[in-house]
Amino acid sequence: MVGVVRKLGFGLLVVLVWQLLASLHVWPPILMPSPLAVAESLVDNTRDLTIPVAIGASMARLAIGYGIAVLVGVAIGLAISRSQLLKDTLGAAAVGLQSLPSVCWLPLALLWFGLSEKAIIFVVLMGALFSIVTAVDDGLRNVSPLLIKAGRALGARGFALQWGVVLPAAFPNIVTGLKTGWSFAWRSLMASELLYSERGLGRVLTVGRDLGDMAQVIGTIIVILLLGLTVNQYAFAPIERSLARRWGLQAA
Amino acid sequence: MRITVSDVWQEYPTERNGGRLTALSAIDLEVAPGEFVSVVGPSGCGKSSLLELIAGLQRPSRGEIRVNSDHGGAPVLILQEAALLPWLTTLGNVEFGLKLRKVPRAERRRIALEQLAMVGLSDFANARPHQLSGGMKQRAAIARALALDPPVLLMDEPFAAVDAQTRGVLHNELLRIWAATGKTIVFVTHSVPEAVFLADRVVLMSARPGRIRDVVEVNLPRPRSADDTRLVWFQQAVSAPEYVI
Repeated sequence: MVGVVRKLGFGLLVVLVWQLLASLHVWPPILMPSPLAVAESLVDNTRDLTIPVAIGASMARLAIGYGIAVLVGVAIGLAISRSQLLKDTLGAAAVGLQSLPSVCWLPLALLWFGLSEKAIIFVVLMGALFSIVTAVDDGLRNVSPLLIKAGRALGARGFALQWGVVLPAAFPNIVTGLKTGWSFAWRSLMASELLYSERGLGRVLTVGRDLGDMAQVIGTIIVILLLGLTVNQYAFAPIERSLARRWGLQAA
Repeated sequence: MRITVSDVWQEYPTERNGGRLTALSAIDLEVAPGEFVSVVGPSGCGKSSLLELIAGLQRPSRGEIRVNSDHGGAPVLILQEAALLPWLTTLGNVEFGLKLRKVPRAERRRIALEQLAMVGLSDFANARPHQLSGGMKQRAAIARALALDPPVLLMDEPFAAVDAQTRGVLHNELLRIWAATGKTIVFVTHSVPEAVFLADRVVLMSARPGRIRDVVEVNLPRPRSADDTRLVWFQQAVSAPEYVI
């Protein structure tokens, strides 16, 4: 409770200082609009549906791209974890490709898929895929041999062992990987949308910049921030809390 | 039920010297029903391997291991660090083996609660492993094994990671459970005093290659007291068999 109060208090303080700086025209309004101006812009953009539609478009790309990355990534990660050959080949490739800033895939995607949704979804996918693959592989491979031995000692073999012991044991690491993948996906999405977009939040940002509308820019940034926080709060945080509760805080 | 280990060898191919590593050589051992047998030896003498072979987790390179049991079932191995599954509750852990055997839920629960009561952990059925102390985890591991009603309990240095005081308590607990269930127990340890205190017979092994050097019978009556000075005599017998008259 104290934490929440502190956070709100801090937020309020920031807004007040901001308003003060804006009112005093420390910087010209075109560079630093007041909180009120930003709020007004946000309300306008919401009323005329600019922002809601943009959120829809961006989130849709994210959901599809990330969704595919999860399905494909988990499958590949699973395969790699069972085969040293795959680890040395596909696994190494994944580790290497992960270090490529995902926005670099955009020119490739645009040439392959043209100026389309597919291009952005592809970039989102490539951004998230490799970190998920690596995390799933690591998670599955690094399950404590002691746990596996215990499972086998109790009679678990084959599928029952994988499903009943290995997978639950690897779950915390896999969740971390999914979270990292999400983070990459989000960044890839924004980067691509800024470079090219027809709809979406990146487009709103770009338009704001083109028109010199700082209030719109800041307003959109706030929306993007809030979206990221919301997903974290309502998707990942509950899972992490549940894991912490079950496993105790030593969970990796 | 009786365990018969006949001329068992276990060898692994090694890269070094392009040869074989002999973990166990010419092991012959018989364990009678209801017996408590300890296996002692230094690291590398193959005592853990022997246990895994009896448990059926590995197959010997040579020789045969027979576990003749009236009511079937496989021996269950209890490990050094309890290895409780961290994502399950204590109860969930004890039920785990039963779930694997597709025992129906109500039955599973009943058996599990029974075993938890046997080891004195009834109040902690819904606790998570990370909330249990080392000693409690080991007791839970014992309950988990007992739930499967195995013909024999194989224990691989189960109390090595537990503090001395708790170990003493667990020794008495184990002996109580042994008396109550009449199970056969094969208990591996590197501690000679522990081996002697608990067992009817102590199998002494040595390493390189892993083999049985001697078997000492501990014919002290039960219940035994940890302070019994006669234990020292048996400890010496185990440690230095060539000096025993």
